[in-house]
Amino acid sequence: MIGGLFIYNHKGEVLISRVYRDDIGRNAVDAFRVNVIHARQQVRSPVTNIARTSFFHVKRSNIWLAAVTKQNVNAAMVFEFLYKMCDVMASYFGKISEENIKNNFVLIYELLDEILDFGYPQNSETGALKTFITQQGIKGQFQTKEEQSQITSQVTGQIGWRREGIKYRRNELFLDVLESVNLLMSPQGQVLSAHVSGRVVMKSYLSGMPECKFGMNDKIVIDKAGKGGVTNEAGKSTSGKQSIAIDDCTFNQCVRLSKFDSERSISFIPPDGDYELMRYRTTKDIILPFRVIPLVREVGRTKLEVKVVIKSNFKPSLLAQKIEVRIPTPLNTSGVQVICMKGKAKYKASENAIVWKIKRMAGMKESQISAEIELLPTNDKKKWARPPISMNFEVPFAPSGLKVRYLKVFESKLNYSDHDVVKWVRYIGRSGIYETRC
Amino acid sequence: MPAVSKGDGMRGLAVFISDIRNCKSKEAEIKRINKELANIRSKFKGDKALDGYSKKKYVCKLLFIFLLGHDIDFGHMEAVNLLSSNKYTEKQIGYLFISVLVNSNSELIRLINNAIKNDLSSRNPTFMCLALHCIANVGSREMAEAFAGEIPRILVAGDTMDSVKQSAALCLLRLYKASPDLVLMGEWTSRVVHLLNDQHMGVVTAAISLITCLSSKNPDEFKTCVSLAVSRLSRIVSSASTDLQDYTYYFVPAPWLSCKLLRLLQCYPPPEDGAVKGRLVECLETILNKAQEPPKSKKVQHSNAKNAILFEAISLIIHYDSEPNLLVRACNQLGQFLQHRETNLRYLALESMCTLASSEFSHEAVKTHIETVINALKTERDVSVRQRAADLLYAMCDRSNAKQIVAEMLSYLETADYSIREEMVLKVAILAEKYAVDYSWYVDTILNLIRIAGDYVSEEVWYRVIQIVINRDDVQGYAAKTVFEALQAPACHENMVKVGGYILGEFGNLIAGDPRSSPLVQFNLLHSKFHLCSVPTRALLLSAYIKFINLFPETKATIQEVLRSDSQIRNSDVELQQRAVEYLKLSSIASTDVLATVLEEMPPFPERESSILAKLKKKKGPGAVSVELEDGKERGELNDLHGGMGQNTSNSSTPSPSADLLGLRSAAPVSGATPSAGSLLVDVFSEAGPAATSAGVNDDGFLSSAPPTAASEDPAPPLPESDELLNKFVCKNNGVLFENQLLQIGIKSEYRQNLGRMYLFYGNKTSVQFVSFNTTVIGMVFFLNVQTKTVEPLVEGGAQVQQVINIECLTDFIDAPLLNIKFRYGGALQNISLKLPVTINKFFQPTEMAAADFFQRWKQLSQPQQEAQKIFKASHGMDTEVLKAKLLGLGTALLENVDPNPENYVCAGVIQTKAQQVGCLLRLEPNAQAQMYRLTLRSSKDTVSQRVCDLLAEQF
Repeated sequence: MIGGLFIYNHKGEVLISRVYRDDIGRNAVDAFRVNVIHARQQVRSPVTNIARTSFFHVKRSNIWLAAVTKQNVNAAMVFEFLYKMCDVMASYFGKISEENIKNNFVLIYELLDEILDFGYPQNSETGALKTFITQQGIKGQFQTKEEQSQITSQVTGQIGWRREGIKYRRNELFLDVLESVNLLMSPQGQVLSAHVSGRVVMKSYLSGMPECKFGMNDKIVIDKAGKGGVTNEAGKSTSGKQSIAIDDCTFNQCVRLSKFDSERSISFIPPDGDYELMRYRTTKDIILPFRVIPLVREVGRTKLEVKVVIKSNFKPSLLAQKIEVRIPTPLNTSGVQVICMKGKAKYKASENAIVWKIKRMAGMKESQISAEIELLPTNDKKKWARPPISMNFEVPFAPSGLKVRYLKVFESKLNYSDHDVVKWVRYIGRSGIYETRC
Repeated sequence: MPAVSKGDGMRGLAVFISDIRNCKSKEAEIKRINKELANIRSKFKGDKALDGYSKKKYVCKLLFIFLLGHDIDFGHMEAVNLLSSNKYTEKQIGYLFISVLVNSNSELIRLINNAIKNDLSSRNPTFMCLALHCIANVGSREMAEAFAGEIPRILVAGDTMDSVKQSAALCLLRLYKASPDLVLMGEWTSRVVHLLNDQHMGVVTAAISLITCLSSKNPDEFKTCVSLAVSRLSRIVSSASTDLQDYTYYFVPAPWLSCKLLRLLQCYPPPEDGAVKGRLVECLETILNKAQEPPKSKKVQHSNAKNAILFEAISLIIHYDSEPNLLVRACNQLGQFLQHRETNLRYLALESMCTLASSEFSHEAVKTHIETVINALKTERDVSVRQRAADLLYAMCDRSNAKQIVAEMLSYLETADYSIREEMVLKVAILAEKYAVDYSWYVDTILNLIRIAGDYVSEEVWYRVIQIVINRDDVQGYAAKTVFEALQAPACHENMVKVGGYILGEFGNLIAGDPRSSPLVQFNLLHSKFHLCSVPTRALLLSAYIKFINLFPETKATIQEVLRSDSQIRNSDVELQQRAVEYLKLSSIASTDVLATVLEEMPPFPERESSILAKLKKKKGPGAVSVELEDGKERGELNDLHGGMGQNTSNSSTPSPSADLLGLRSAAPVSGATPSAGSLLVDVFSEAGPAATSAGVNDDGFLSSAPPTAASEDPAPPLPESDELLNKFVCKNNGVLFENQLLQIGIKSEYRQNLGRMYLFYGNKTSVQFVSFNTTVIGMVFFLNVQTKTVEPLVEGGAQVQQVINIECLTDFIDAPLLNIKFRYGGALQNISLKLPVTINKFFQPTEMAAADFFQRWKQLSQPQQEAQKIFKASHGMDTEVLKAKLLGLGTALLENVDPNPENYVCAGVIQTKAQQVGCLLRLEPNAQAQMYRLTLRSSKDTVSQRVCDLLAEQF
């Protein structure tokens, strides 16, 4: 179990320190600072063992969050908790920065008391937390006794993430499929590794205690449906071609796992407001939105010619946005000339790269950039390692091929039906680590 | 020096540095640096010429980035360009960059050397200084090669400025320390000595550092410096404090120079010239007098400078060790410091006194301070000072005050700092042994020691006490009684149990008469500790039990019961189980007579150097120096002792009043019947002969251990000239190995790979036959496999017999095997030992290779331990052909046209051993003028390089 939790700024100064168990001493704070933050060599492992104490850390911009334990805990659980902690803090005061943490330290201690008890993670649902941890100061006198007891019964009840008696005039539901696509491609265009990690994020404004059911083109479900309804020939042919194989997935606590295990159907009573319904990963049949074709030629010792072509590979009607191609330059670059047909390109010396930005690009198009890099001869015999060309973009579809088939809402007590709920679905595909070797 | 003026300051650099300082995170810093590097690169691109100022600025930035820990791989050329600038600041930055960043194997080194040469030959003193500083800062071999000839010239030239001379002297010192072989002595050396007479004090101070270093290597060449140094010293010491202007430091005239002069004098024995000596003694007296004067200033710098000179003077007095008057005065002066407020002074005083204590003149004077030192040991707050106090107590101890000092050290031990406890224990043990007046005191002391600091008592200490008790029958009863009493304590240290078990097992009978220590009581006492002890101690106790059965038959039943219990006879530890089983059987089967024979009392141990002393020497603690010094003194004392005890060197039991515990008397040899517990004591005899080893190691079969045959006819020690004989055969295989009036031994040998065959021809030069002619080869079985065929035991007069010896080299070796020849000539036994001329180079296999190959391999073997080098004077002529023949005789291939210098010889070969093959490269550089050689060997094995180098050095 987690023995303590520390938050440091980039200098290694402790901003927040909360110890939950006696086996963690005060010196643990310094041990992490000395051995990880101020380590001579950058520490790349997120888990560090110092003197039989394990430190799990995540970094958000310049802030270090470290969970400490002496026991043999489930590392995945600890990281899940740390991420959740970041989410909670972000939903309370926005960006996690030194300033924000300093300004909200009382709130953070209050949150830490609530979401972690003797090192065991508790309810970390933002919606639920917000009902009783507020930033408005002491509100107790304005709350009626009834409301207070309601909070208690809700937090300790079976459905801790949703309180009763929510009412909306307009029942609305927003569903985002957010995916990030990761790729490593050889210079010849061979895919060396590719996967998509996606999230289904929802925002629900529904009255009462509705029961929702979410359906997507999961291969297993579709195959099963196809087998079950042999008579439905037409359905089979339409659904068969566009199903995806999900490698693994995790769900929000509101999803009934037993039902998923038995029927593979996703049914749940949604929390109110923002939440992440599920996370998943796929590795097969990924639609790669862009193809990068690099061409690097070394002309003597003092010159390098680079030509990069990008091709968009999706429906012409769709528009990709925020495209950025980053072409690394050798360390002894002394000057760069760039010509590009579209967008803007610039040599950024501080990052040792040429950054080419294109605002928008439609599908099935191509564009190219060529650059001449002048080099300064050095007495260093090491050859340039040629780091891969990386790319960032945003496309309005899911590169994994995931499609939302339905999202049904049932509320038996209040009389609104599935048809009355306004539903919005959006797909956003972003680049993760999208690299092509050159 | 011209300071950087405001207008000359580099704004860009200042901005850059403040940018970096303002960076919030490491990433931001790296970004800023990347940006700056790109900027500098674009500036250095070379399309347009940069002016000196911007070059300097960018080189400065690069230097700063490098110092932040980033790699810099360009800009060297620009820095080298700066060297040729005429502006001081630009040149300075250029030199700074080069001293920090240019590594010795850079291709720019030629350009740099050129620039340095230009500056050295310029008449501008600041430029010359900059160049000299750069040479000293880099200090690489290449630098030394390029400038080792130039700098002495600058140093001794008449027209060189004083500041340049200073730099040159220090630069030369640095080069000499880095590569002494390149700085060759020459006619300048005598002129360097005369720098001691220089007008400028700075030059003298710099030169004296150089001279001290040079003269410590070859004192003869610099002998003349002594009188110069003395006169210089007397001029400084006798001068008024205002005479020396700039070189007066807080009213002390030229303290650094004085210290260095005194240190230089410590390299030499006292001057023989009476006048010089008188002057020096006068100086030293003046220094001692000055220490008594009231301080001229209250500042700490004043007293520091004064004391520095004083301490150097005292070490010089100690070094001379010939002026009783001065020694006593020094001791008194140090005595005052013992109570000084300043901790450092107390420390230094104690340290110096340690060395003073070893001088015969001042030993008594040191002893008067015993109370102060003991007080220091007890009350001093700083542990390092306490350690020094302990060292001093150890050094000043003699027979008269031993009891007091040992008692004080023992009482201090209880509170002593953990870090010095072990050393203290060893010291107490040694002092107790060395100055023991009576043995009961010794036994008491050591038992006390074990009681107080059992954890820090090493094995050697308790081995030693047992050794002494066994060898001295007058203390045995007392020891048994004391041990018995000590064991009564509820919590005993394990070492105490070991000593107790051993002594009671041997001498328990001596106290058995007392009903309070009846056999059964003794046994029960020992057995009550049994379960708390580790396995080796338990094993020892089991042996003690079986001895009890022999000593006291009435305990037999009880002990057998104990041995028979499951916890013994089925013990999971093999050693304990075996002992239990064997002892049980032994006690039940053997008759009393057999038992008594087997379990006889231990015979006395042969006397040898105290193992404790060896242990203390091994401990390289801060006290090592004093131990060394102590050693010399002790040896003298021991010799005295032996002189006085000549009449009773027999192993009599009459205790001499001055107990000769560390005596070197030869005692009766160990007899074979050392059963059981003997094995535990075997470690004491680290150099024990085969007899002792076999008795000890052969523990499981101890009942049948046969007494070793006494070697009455030991092989004679090798002839003194056998080493010379060996050297004769390094480069040749055939010849006459040995000849005297009776016998001639010829040798013929051939080697192939790791095998060799040797024919020995023994010629009887007389007309009488040799009877029982017998030869044996004593080799190191680990290194060489030597097989000999026996020869006929009869050699007729005038006849010759032949013996074949087959040799296989298993691994590389150093010592040659011994050949021992015994025969009777007219009834008299002749015993000759020779070294067989088998040396490692015999197993060379020549290897031909081209120059490129050779140098590539040469470079591969560049680790320092792989190389062995010797510089030596030629002892024979330097004839080319003879040299070649010798090198070929060595067994290596002589490689032509490899070394650029045709004078040099280069050889290559592979040494074949069974275990491995060792490639070996050799380079011999003769210097015809100096009649010297430099021999360099590189091989893949360090021992081989060293050995071949040693062998060869004797050949030329």
